[in-house]
Amino acid sequence: MDTTALTLSLKLAFWTCVILFPVAIFFGRLLAWRQFPGKAWLEALIALPLVLPPTVLGFYLLLGMGATSSLGQSYFSLTGHHLVFSFDGLLVASVIFNLPFAIQPMQRAFEAIPTNIREAAWCCGLSRFESLWRIELPLAWPGAMSALALTFAHTLGEFGVVLMVGGSIEGETKTIAISIYDRVQAFDNHTAGTMSAFLLIFSLVTIGFVYHLTYRRRRSES
Amino acid sequence: MNDTKFAGNGISIKIFQQDPIPLAVEIECQAGELLALVGPSGSGKSTILRTIAGLHQPKTGFIQCNDEVWFDDQQSISIATQNRHIGFVFQDYALFPHLSALQNVVVALGHLNRKARRARAQVLLAQVNLKGLEYRSADELSGGQRQRVALARALAREPKVLLLDEPFSAVDQMTRRKLQQELVILRRNIKIPILLVTHDLDEAAMLADRLYVLHKGKTLQNGVPAEILRHPIDALVARLMGHSNIFSAKIEGHYPEQAITRILWHGLLLELELNDYFTIGTTVDWVIHPAHIIMHRRGRPSHGERENPLHGVVKELLVLGETSIVSLQIKGDDNAFLNFKISTHSASRNNLEVGAEASVSLLTEGIHLMPCYR
Repeated sequence: MDTTALTLSLKLAFWTCVILFPVAIFFGRLLAWRQFPGKAWLEALIALPLVLPPTVLGFYLLLGMGATSSLGQSYFSLTGHHLVFSFDGLLVASVIFNLPFAIQPMQRAFEAIPTNIREAAWCCGLSRFESLWRIELPLAWPGAMSALALTFAHTLGEFGVVLMVGGSIEGETKTIAISIYDRVQAFDNHTAGTMSAFLLIFSLVTIGFVYHLTYRRRRSES
Repeated sequence: MNDTKFAGNGISIKIFQQDPIPLAVEIECQAGELLALVGPSGSGKSTILRTIAGLHQPKTGFIQCNDEVWFDDQQSISIATQNRHIGFVFQDYALFPHLSALQNVVVALGHLNRKARRARAQVLLAQVNLKGLEYRSADELSGGQRQRVALARALAREPKVLLLDEPFSAVDQMTRRKLQQELVILRRNIKIPILLVTHDLDEAAMLADRLYVLHKGKTLQNGVPAEILRHPIDALVARLMGHSNIFSAKIEGHYPEQAITRILWHGLLLELELNDYFTIGTTVDWVIHPAHIIMHRRGRPSHGERENPLHGVVKELLVLGETSIVSLQIKGDDNAFLNFKISTHSASRNNLEVGAEASVSLLTEGIHLMPCYR
């Protein structure tokens, strides 16, 4: 087992969840309750990582974060490091390719809250933030849990984008998925097998947990 | 818009808009008054409540509660819902499903300090007869209990106006009557304007001090329930108030010396109390409440028999428990029907059945004339 790669993957997944959680709440509510021009296109843009080949997404991220890009240059002037082939670059990519996994479950969860529940909260004197904190989030928590679980598991499993944007730098960008690939290339099937089994079980438990929450929500709604 | 500001304690509402539904209404409700907004679906009743609560922004309008302006498009004033201090009971109650009955009420007690909230919520729940059910979640409460929690929550804010959006529509008949009685008792101690949206005319007539009859976003008539019921301004209001005896007739003449007016209806001359507002020869609509139609008892003359006696054949007899609804076809005209209620006991005593002949009198004071509705 490549514990360095595993630790890096867990760290990447953790920070991706931390960053995406508020982003998912913001966009989830926006898409659930607001009508605005271009809404369908925004939803399409968020869903794009689901259908785009990881190499295509990775290619554009590489261009967008490269040393000649404005994002890459700004990051370099701030930190003195390049964004691509670094953990930070990988985190940016991870946040982007996980957008649909975080936002869509949150959106569905907010959509399931009847409008008049929110209106009742305002009539009770709760501010928009208090309404979010005390009423909406507790009601949307199965969606929030789904979003976090899917994002975490998907980050651990992502391969294509990580390879394109991060390469395979030990301790910096070499995640568990890349490590499995490396081990297979090196005919170390035993280590590759252990890590694959870990990912398999972890993903199964995560997805099972998400479905369990979904069924529980459906039961409570009915 | 704000040139006729409401001076007293109460709420004054003026709303004018075309979209999403047309509305052109001016409503005033005094403190302690219960005002019912009635009308068919789509008449704008609920939108009016939502506008008062600040949940809907009209294009043009002015809302003032006591001395606070809540909305004025001319001055670009629109106070947020949270700051309007309204109590709102939604049609499906909109209880917070993850909270207990007590916590639902505590949420609305943000104006009290933390320690006082719980005790106050318990008092409010006891007031609506929910003592002992404080820790049940919304799912564990019956429809009537949920409605009571919603009412307690609405009152918790010490609202300046109480808005009830069809609050009794989701419960069974027995619970509805009980809750209506509780509201009558509760409102004795609430000296704020109460606006009730309902499409149940009996409920409106029973609970409200005044009615606003709405249709397609406009107020057709407002006044005391009994007055609107007896004297609707036109056939549309009469129909909305549930009248089934609405007819057209011609003014035959006014007879001041006898203090009567005569109208010609299907070749019959009917007498009513003098009403010389309409000129002779004018076509008018007229309405009579079933309570003013008296059936003649066979073989025994009764009070009022000489007033507008009509003879006909029973075309329909609908027995609804202790009451029966009779549809009487007036003799000599296939298109003239009168509908009235009598007790089932009285129907059977008079051998009333479909095809049987019967006579009725229309009491002169019960015939109400209206301009012809186009």
